[in-house]
Amino acid sequence: MQLLNALNAVSAFFSLNMEHQLKPHQWVNAHADYLYAYAITRINDEEQAKDLVQETFLAALEKTAGFEGKSTERTWLTAILKNKIIDIYRRKSSGLKNTDVIKAEEEQSDFFDETTGHWNEGHLLVEFGIENKDHLINKEFEQVLQKCMQKLPALWMAVFTMKHIEDQSTDMICAELKVTASNFWVIIHRAKLNLRACLQKNWI
Amino acid sequence: MNNLNKILNNCKQATFLIEKKSIRRLTFRETIELRIHLYGCSFCKLYGKQSRAINHMVRQLFHSTTQSNIRLDDHFKRDLQERIETELNKN
Repeated sequence: MQLLNALNAVSAFFSLNMEHQLKPHQWVNAHADYLYAYAITRINDEEQAKDLVQETFLAALEKTAGFEGKSTERTWLTAILKNKIIDIYRRKSSGLKNTDVIKAEEEQSDFFDETTGHWNEGHLLVEFGIENKDHLINKEFEQVLQKCMQKLPALWMAVFTMKHIEDQSTDMICAELKVTASNFWVIIHRAKLNLRACLQKNWI
Repeated sequence: MNNLNKILNNCKQATFLIEKKSIRRLTFRETIELRIHLYGCSFCKLYGKQSRAINHMVRQLFHSTTQSNIRLDDHFKRDLQERIETELNKN
């Protein structure tokens, strides 16, 4: 009997603590800025980011019945937003090879020697003082980094952030963005090559 | 020998393997190839360091911006609030 009481107490404790509740009236106050910041760093378009915040709330209102309270309200809303961002990535990068990809590929066409694959003279690497792992980025470097990220083609940016920021599985990214596995690795490589070169060019 | 030279010179392939390695395990062959290359190539060694640093910084950047001072304007928020209230009253 005592054991049963204890078990009840434990389960009551957990259900109280695990179930988060939705408070739609407070969404704007509590989460709008966060979601907006989340969106703008990933799609870099103010108007589109605003639309996304609104769409996220409206979509969330229709899904409230499906909210099980296992995650926090913010995590739940962010997941909805994340899916909307992936939709945008997909739309931006679908169809024939985009001009932004062609341009980005041209940029790196002379990084390596065509026959040997060795770095070409004009593109040799230089240290730029960030190699130390504990390096904390300062404001200026942050701006250069942001600018260089924005120069990546939409598809590359999508693959890069889904992998390196969101830690999504390679299979999932390939399926979501409709790229083949071999193309995925090429993009991961190419995105970093351009990003690194852009930093070297604009930071030093 | 010819193969060895190919590996030693091919920075394009080496940097590709460095990126691959940051995400998943390389095959045995790839591991050996990359080791041999890095042993003789200071540029790609530097590339590896920079590539890891960049991953780290991009993470920092994305993380800090979501906690930072990026804010929506009040006007937009008011409209949004009204919109939500209307939707809620429908039900």
